[in-house]
Amino acid sequence: MSKVEQQGRREFLKGTAATAAISIAPGVMLHSLTADAAPRTEAVTDKVRWGMLIDANKCADGCTDCVSACDKENGLDLVNMPEGADESLWERQRPRWIRQVSLKDNLSGKITHLPMMCQHCEKPPCVDVCPTGASFRRADGIVMVDRHICIGCRYCMMACPYKARSFIHAEVAEKLTHTPRGKGCVESCNLCVHRLDNGQTTTACQDACQHQAIVFGDLNDPESAVSQALKKYPSVQIRADLKLNTGVRYSNI
Amino acid sequence: MTRIRSMLLLAMTLSGLSGLGNVYAAEAVEGSAKFEKLDQCVEPTSVMRRNHFEFIKHQRNLTVHQGIRGSKHSLAGCVDCHARKDTEGNFVPVNAEGQFCDACHDYAAVSPDCFSCHSTVPGEK
Ligand code: SF4
Ligand code: SF4
Ligand code: SF4
Repeated sequence: MSKVEQQGRREFLKGTAATAAISIAPGVMLHSLTADAAPRTEAVTDKVRWGMLIDANKCADGCTDCVSACDKENGLDLVNMPEGADESLWERQRPRWIRQVSLKDNLSGKITHLPMMCQHCEKPPCVDVCPTGASFRRADGIVMVDRHICIGCRYCMMACPYKARSFIHAEVAEKLTHTPRGKGCVESCNLCVHRLDNGQTTTACQDACQHQAIVFGDLNDPESAVSQALKKYPSVQIRADLKLNTGVRYSNI
Repeated sequence: MTRIRSMLLLAMTLSGLSGLGNVYAAEAVEGSAKFEKLDQCVEPTSVMRRNHFEFIKHQRNLTVHQGIRGSKHSLAGCVDCHARKDTEGNFVPVNAEGQFCDACHDYAAVSPDCFSCHSTVPGEK
């Protein structure tokens, strides 16, 4: 891309972002474009810590909108079953960054549904065990895999208490520009990092949830929607006993 | 690709032609890539030939670890500019035989590993 063109595109982005919300179809607003929606030019810092609050009461039985949205956003729907693979094995091993989980309280019989992805631990066991430094925690709290360095040992998959990580077993024919993907690497939810780095402020799963069960934002900003919600409602960390200080919290479970 | 053809390509590349003649795979339309309409890459051509891998390796670390996506060296940028289209208007992979990456890499017998993970055609905008 030429200098001239790149600048042109940025100017264009700035120009359109100034109108704040763009109507892409009647009734559908692209509300994730903020006034400064442009690719990052400076390093992320720990002034921001991205996180979520998920309200299990709002999460509906049988709904998988967030899962499909994540699959689409991150090109997971482009990963096909390898030829000759066992179908049930594939279902268990196919890459998934977010899952729909149902919990049953044996005493009362109450069933709770919740989406579960990488919890973006402040003290991530996956990073602890990674022998290469491929698993890392970014300054803004996002735990990711640098797939240029990952050797595919899958130690992190074993260490993660939340089953958040997937392994790519075979070559992938089609991949998205913003989500590279190759055989032999581990990957997991990165809080839609390409969106955040391009100035957007929402995640695909959050946007897809019709029940507003997911609130995403900056945990360090007391005014953010997620901080406000955390202040207002009781919430828990799943497996709080592990003291990982997760960035993803849940209420009503 | 035959050796003579590769030599021809390299000779043309080295002689500083930005359009690489009509020796590409038949389906890719010459002149359909963005770079063919521009005077210069993000750096002078001689610098790019020698250092493009250093630029993108540096950039990959900045992008993955620091979230910097707005700078001028990026693999996505290379693909965006250097991929040609076929007669139907679909992009031809930038690393396909005879295409931009392959033209020199085939001759130099250096196989780039970028595209085992990265997209070979310009991305969704
Ligand atoms: S949830 Fe698992 S993958 Fe995510 S940061 Fe924690 S240990 Fe790592
Ligand atoms: S699979 Fe990759 S990210 Fe996970 S522990 Fe091994 S090298 Fe690190
Ligand atoms: S934040 Fe993005 S990557 Fe993570 S589960 Fe949601 S849609 Fe998937």
